[in-house]
Amino acid sequence: MSNHQPPCDDDAVEPIEVFPERELDLRAGADACYKCTTCETSCPVAAVDDEFPGPKFQGPEQWRLKRKEDADIDDSILSCSNCLRCDSACPSEVPLAQMHNEARGEYVDEQMNKLSREYLRNRILANYGLLAKVGSKVPRLVNFVMGLSVTRKLNEKLLGLPSEREFPAFATQTFREWWRERGGAQVESDDKRVAYFHGCYSNYNTPEVGKAMVRVFEEFGYEVLVPEQRCSGTPMFANGMLSDARRAAETNVESLAAAIDDDADIVASCTSCSLSLRKEYPELFDIDRIDDVSEHTYEALEYLRIHEDLESAVTDAEVDHPALAYHAPCHARNQGLDRQAVELFREVDGVAIEDVGDSCSGISGTYGWKAEKYEASMAMGEEMFHHMEQSDGEVGMTECPTCAMQMEHGTGYEIKHPLQVLEAAVVSE
Amino acid sequence: MGLESDVLVIGGGLAGTTAAISAAREGADVRLVSHKKSTLRQSSGLVDALGYVPKREDGESDLGSGSGSGSGSGSERASESTLRGPVVNPYDAIEDLPEEHPYSIVGSEAVAEGFALFDELVGDAYRGGHTDSNALVPTFGGTVKPTARYPAATAAGVASDERPMFVVGFRSLSEYDAGALADGLSASGVPFPVAGAEVKFAEAFRDDAKITRFARALDDDEPIDGVPARKALTTAVEPQLAEFADSVADASDIRVGFPAFLGEDRADQIREELGDRLGAEVFEIPMGPPSLPGLRLEDLLLEQLDAAGVSFETGVRAVDRTVGTDGAVETVVVDRNGTGVPYAADAVVLATGGLIGKGLQSDRKRVTEPVFDCPVAHPADRYDWFLDDAFGDHPFARFGLATDNRLRPVDPSGDGEPEYPNLFAAGAVLGGADVAREKSASGVSLATGVVAGRGAAAVANDTTLEANR
Ligand SMILES: Cc1cc2nc3c(=O)[nH]c(=O)nc-3n(C[C@H](O)[C@H](O)[C@H](O)COP(=O)(O)OP(=O)(O)OC[C@H]3O[C@@H](n4cnc5c(N)ncnc54)[C@H](O)[C@@H]3O)c2cc1C
Ligand code: SF4
Ligand code: SF4
Repeated sequence: MSNHQPPCDDDAVEPIEVFPERELDLRAGADACYKCTTCETSCPVAAVDDEFPGPKFQGPEQWRLKRKEDADIDDSILSCSNCLRCDSACPSEVPLAQMHNEARGEYVDEQMNKLSREYLRNRILANYGLLAKVGSKVPRLVNFVMGLSVTRKLNEKLLGLPSEREFPAFATQTFREWWRERGGAQVESDDKRVAYFHGCYSNYNTPEVGKAMVRVFEEFGYEVLVPEQRCSGTPMFANGMLSDARRAAETNVESLAAAIDDDADIVASCTSCSLSLRKEYPELFDIDRIDDVSEHTYEALEYLRIHEDLESAVTDAEVDHPALAYHAPCHARNQGLDRQAVELFREVDGVAIEDVGDSCSGISGTYGWKAEKYEASMAMGEEMFHHMEQSDGEVGMTECPTCAMQMEHGTGYEIKHPLQVLEAAVVSE
Repeated sequence: MGLESDVLVIGGGLAGTTAAISAAREGADVRLVSHKKSTLRQSSGLVDALGYVPKREDGESDLGSGSGSGSGSGSERASESTLRGPVVNPYDAIEDLPEEHPYSIVGSEAVAEGFALFDELVGDAYRGGHTDSNALVPTFGGTVKPTARYPAATAAGVASDERPMFVVGFRSLSEYDAGALADGLSASGVPFPVAGAEVKFAEAFRDDAKITRFARALDDDEPIDGVPARKALTTAVEPQLAEFADSVADASDIRVGFPAFLGEDRADQIREELGDRLGAEVFEIPMGPPSLPGLRLEDLLLEQLDAAGVSFETGVRAVDRTVGTDGAVETVVVDRNGTGVPYAADAVVLATGGLIGKGLQSDRKRVTEPVFDCPVAHPADRYDWFLDDAFGDHPFARFGLATDNRLRPVDPSGDGEPEYPNLFAAGAVLGGADVAREKSASGVSLATGVVAGRGAAAVANDTTLEANR
């Protein structure tokens, strides 16, 4: 078990090179667009931001323009939140997400001033894992300082982080520290084995999610591996920092491929992490065994639903749980996982769950962490806040850590991860 | 293994939804998987049964002339040469369809059942269920179109109503030209005075602002340059409307049509408020894509799927199947962003849509059905797929699966034996109908969805399966 490695060592801050390995040709994708505008009716940013020309422009139109006259990438690409709703919507196999990611990378690389406050701020947000690594060394101090209103004001001034937002608290013990302390896996098995991709957030901020994941899988008889890993890359794609993402991806693919050779499938508890490993990696990078990793990656609950009779396991369970207002993250939607928690938990005695609708939460990872986007972010979230407040109970549930932040920020509710509810239902004390 | 169900429906459009709910009502445990959003998002939100049928050889006159509404010809260009209509009663016209048409296969009773189910599912969000006759509804292209069900938001705009009509357009919305629309309606002989004008609204938005942006501003009554959106809109319309009122005999009875973007979540409220402010009844004119009425219908149907206890997933594509020794489909392999996941089911409904929905695929040589590899009949020479006339009777429009009378796909050149005993097909993936010209798309999806859904439930409920060979 390779649990002795440091989790994230994103200490690389150096000039960026873009797609050095291969030139992407997205012409076929651009030609596949028949201008049906389905993508535009799905874009949460276009619905609130007058300035944003929408996904069809960001994708096929921009690509067409570029091909004709070598035009610059339009700066509106930075307003795309990478929610991927347009990508799920397009009936015509236009690879919108891939086009946006490529365009963002090219924009940041060739047109953005590397000394600007915006670039610096985006770079910091994109490399949250690095920040968290430092922060979690002295969690109490950092939590205290970041909570001060004077710090928040300063953050807004110097870094363009919205002063309205509260910085997420660091856990006093990271998931990996806990894992080491408990002596790694408690269950050994040759035929049921998973490698847990915990990502930065459940390591540094919500280790209870990681612990729930381990306990649930062990309850079903799985041996859990916790391989070396870095950030999944999602915040890097969303900020056009593609070479940062590539470096992280190289580490992850190598270490996860080794776990596959050890007969493990990969499971993630964050839907942006699973999406990144499954879809964005093979779309953007050409790394040895990247497809292998993609094919073996699952979201944790999804994996159990496929391999175990989870429905029976939960129908027999009885939990005393407050009513849950569930929000499906956009990145769960893109993987077809937006309904699984609702469908599963409605079978459980004592758990009342309500889907709060199909709007985007509006935070979209780092998007809502930019002062200039804060207002749009809250406008997008409005519908979700409203539905949450209408629903019974004051506990929310979602798979995505930043959606959870937004839900909490907009309503003051406590937010759970489905794995924590599942833990309550199936793990015996 | 967790992913098992009695019935698996592939495709989340009108046909898939109908099939899933029908199967669930027969007591089956149903799961639906869909790759992308359905074509409802692009559709006008009008639910057609049958508006035009092939011309008869015997030279009998049009069924449609003087069609109760006195609305003239209907003026759909597509209908001119080889079709007749608009038909008054779709059920009466079914017998004029070719025998390979899905309506001919399932029969008019199934069509009625499809619409009855639709009426039940959408409740008072739709109108038209009180009669078997088609309604005539203005479209944004300035034509009048025969349709079986129309959104409540559109009700005040039907062409059989004789109240004067004022049509509003926006300078910033280039897809929609109110003046041309009004002229078109006049030219098609509608029995009421009609005029249109473009007004200034939301000029503060960017030139090519998205239609969802307008809808959102009205939903939230968001201030635009300091004035709440709904008020700003009516203020812009008032002077033009007053001018129109001066030109008609009975100014107290005017109805005002807007492009169909009056809100997504609070549409009823917005229409009412605008109506109160303008002192006129307000309605929406269905638009081409992007379509809010289509989107609203999609939302409604998803709620109904949920209420029926159907499990559903979107964002996933069926890519392959495994077949048992008895020739039946055992599992459908679904791609979840790179990971292949098998879904087991006793019976499967294929409702993946036509060439647009990607249920059928074509290259320069062949048309194929990619999930089950069911054969699709089409002329061998690609040049025989089309006609020169853009609105003509193109063979490709009728491409699709051939089935037995229970909607199980068969080889069109074979002996009529089903390809798989437990596979049923519904909606635009079926061949034999030219739904765009006939104005029958939604009706075909509803009728065949009901029949395929029930057929699949019957197979699933019958454990031996033998009875279904
Ligand atoms: C522009 C436009 C305008 C229209 N206007 C009208 C109108 O005015 N009146 C009217 O009655 N009808 C109209 N229609 C037709 C109507 O909206 C439906 O398209 C029709 O009823 C067909 O429905 P369907 O369910 O068979 O297919 P679709 O709506 O095409 O749905 C097929 C679904 O299957 C999914 N799918 C495809 N392949 C796979 C796979 N391998 N795995 C999983 N899922 C898959 C697709 O993503 C899609 O969601 C219009 C359609 C279009 C495109
Ligand atoms: S990824 Fe999301 S924000 Fe970006 S264009 Fe697509 S729908 Fe809009
Ligand atoms: S949904 Fe796809 S085909 Fe339609 S306009 Fe957008 S990119 Fe083009």
